Amino acid sequence: MAANRVLEAKSISKYFYNASTTQVLDQVSVQVNRGEFVTIMGKSGCGKSTLLYILSTMDTGYEGQLWLDGTLATGKDPSYLSQLRNEKIGFVFQFHYLLNEFTVLENVMIPALKLARLSRAEIEQQAMEKLRIFDMQDHAHKKPNQLSGGQKQRVSIARALINDPLLIMGDEPTGNLDHKNAALVFDKFKELTQELGQTLLIVTHDQEFAKATDRTIEMEDGKVLEKVSNQ
Amino acid sequence: MLARIKQTLVAAVGVLFSISMFIALLGFMNGLNSLLDGMILNRTPHIRFYNEIKPNPNQPIQLSPEFAADLHSIRSVKPSTSRLAIHNSRAIIQKLEQDPRVLGVSPKLAAQVFFNVGTLDLSSNINGIDGFKETQLFGFEEYVIEGRVEDLNQLNTIILGKGVSDRMMAKVGDVVQVTTAQGNRIQLKVVGAFQSGLGDFDKTNSYASLVTVQKMLGQPASYFTDIQVKLHDFNQAPQLAKELGAIFEVDADDIQTVNAQFETGSEVRTIISYAVGITLLVVAGFGIYNILNMMIYEKLDSIAILKAIGFSPKDVNRIFTSIAILIGLVGSSLGLVVGYLLGVLIDHIPFETEALPTITTYPIDYNPKFYLIGGVFGLLTTYLAGFFPARKASSVDPVEIIRGK
Repeated sequence: MAANRVLEAKSISKYFYNASTTQVLDQVSVQVNRGEFVTIMGKSGCGKSTLLYILSTMDTGYEGQLWLDGTLATGKDPSYLSQLRNEKIGFVFQFHYLLNEFTVLENVMIPALKLARLSRAEIEQQAMEKLRIFDMQDHAHKKPNQLSGGQKQRVSIARALINDPLLIMGDEPTGNLDHKNAALVFDKFKELTQELGQTLLIVTHDQEFAKATDRTIEMEDGKVLEKVSNQ
Repeated sequence: MLARIKQTLVAAVGVLFSISMFIALLGFMNGLNSLLDGMILNRTPHIRFYNEIKPNPNQPIQLSPEFAADLHSIRSVKPSTSRLAIHNSRAIIQKLEQDPRVLGVSPKLAAQVFFNVGTLDLSSNINGIDGFKETQLFGFEEYVIEGRVEDLNQLNTIILGKGVSDRMMAKVGDVVQVTTAQGNRIQLKVVGAFQSGLGDFDKTNSYASLVTVQKMLGQPASYFTDIQVKLHDFNQAPQLAKELGAIFEVDADDIQTVNAQFETGSEVRTIISYAVGITLLVVAGFGIYNILNMMIYEKLDSIAILKAIGFSPKDVNRIFTSIAILIGLVGSSLGLVVGYLLGVLIDHIPFETEALPTITTYPIDYNPKFYLIGGVFGLLTTYLAGFFPARKASSVDPVEIIRGK
């Protein structure tokens, strides 16, 4: 396996058992290399989100194999997968999922506190740095419910970055934002890959968004159509 | 998770309330129990040696070798005319006082007398006692409501039962005339009155010194009808009564046999108060269960994101369990304090009854055992109440929650 391969999924199939059995994913194979900005595109219901959750290790009910950073993630116990996610994957969702009980800064710090690789003071400093990337340092001590939607989403991206993850996964991260904010978030993603070499895997149905990335994996009816290089 | 301070507070107050009620209830119940038991048990010797009036078990015919093999049928057997007094009483008392299991020995001499009031003769018992020992072992002084126990040491003095003195209208300093069953007449000076709390007892009993009663009966200084023994551990009473009764060849009654019903009564009361207390705790436990359950439904999003960013089911479980335990700890410790204060409060409520002259407020038992049980049960129920919601929270599937948005 190539050293720069961050994620590799081999012939993943998934079924939903809801009264009748429906196949959502059919022998899907996906690779993501280090430093790539990849989007998964497709109409709603094509299984792209399902695929993302399988790739994120949160969904374990599938057939096939999932390799993350050269280790097999399929069939591992939930605690191991939790730790793996904590260390190697950053998440950005359509909804920000910030905890209103904590300040913006604390929200960003949570994954790092869980990882406990650094002292609290160091984590705080790092969290501040990540917030600075998104120009959110002035809001660090506010509560999330005092921020606008775009600001919240930027904080949640900062949170995804805190542990310097191998891979950031996003499920429609701009889906809830207006044009201006969506563009802002997109630019930040672009900046991350170009300046920091961050690997990104984003699910979207926004054509424009997808076109501007390195590579788009297009899906339809649970199958990968073709792998288009945008360049 | 700290945002639900109000709900958490309500849960903690629930625990607080139930624990404090538990403590107050048990303290009050046991205070009453020991008061009632004390009324009887403290005044009762652990072992009483005496000679029972009964037929001689060895009838002459049984001693005859001629009829040894036959079935004996004897009619109209009468009690033998042995003395009421205990034989060799001095030696028995000495032996008892040397026994390491014995706390103290107090001899007693009961005599049947009549008080002559005008033309009336009131039948009564006079108990000859050693005032000092009786006070030491059975708290006699506590029941003397008028006069002093020491005054019994003067010859020919008497402390009358409240009922007796009321009937004779005899006050301290009066002289009463007494006729013994043998016909001796004697004048006794009233030096006090006592009230035991048992009305019937007070109507028929009076106390005088041993010497006074011995003189009344014309008996020597070693003449006692009862030897009362108090032990260090009263649970040994039945066994010791049997053992010593056989050695001294006298009848021996132990406290357990004589007062079995009191034991049962206080046991049942204790069980009831425990049951009520634990019910309160269980109810509080359900309250916590409910609040945590609701909290989990409200916080599904937070749980999902925590899981997505790398919190394992165990971590989530720990968060909710620690909330429950925190509620339990705060609630229980405050509950113990409030329970204690409630106890102090009840302890200051006036409670005066004719029957109990020494009691002025409701009795409370501050036994640390109740606090320990209350605390342990409080923590246990809150832990259990948190256990199931926490398990539910830990099994939340983040994909379902996040995709549902």
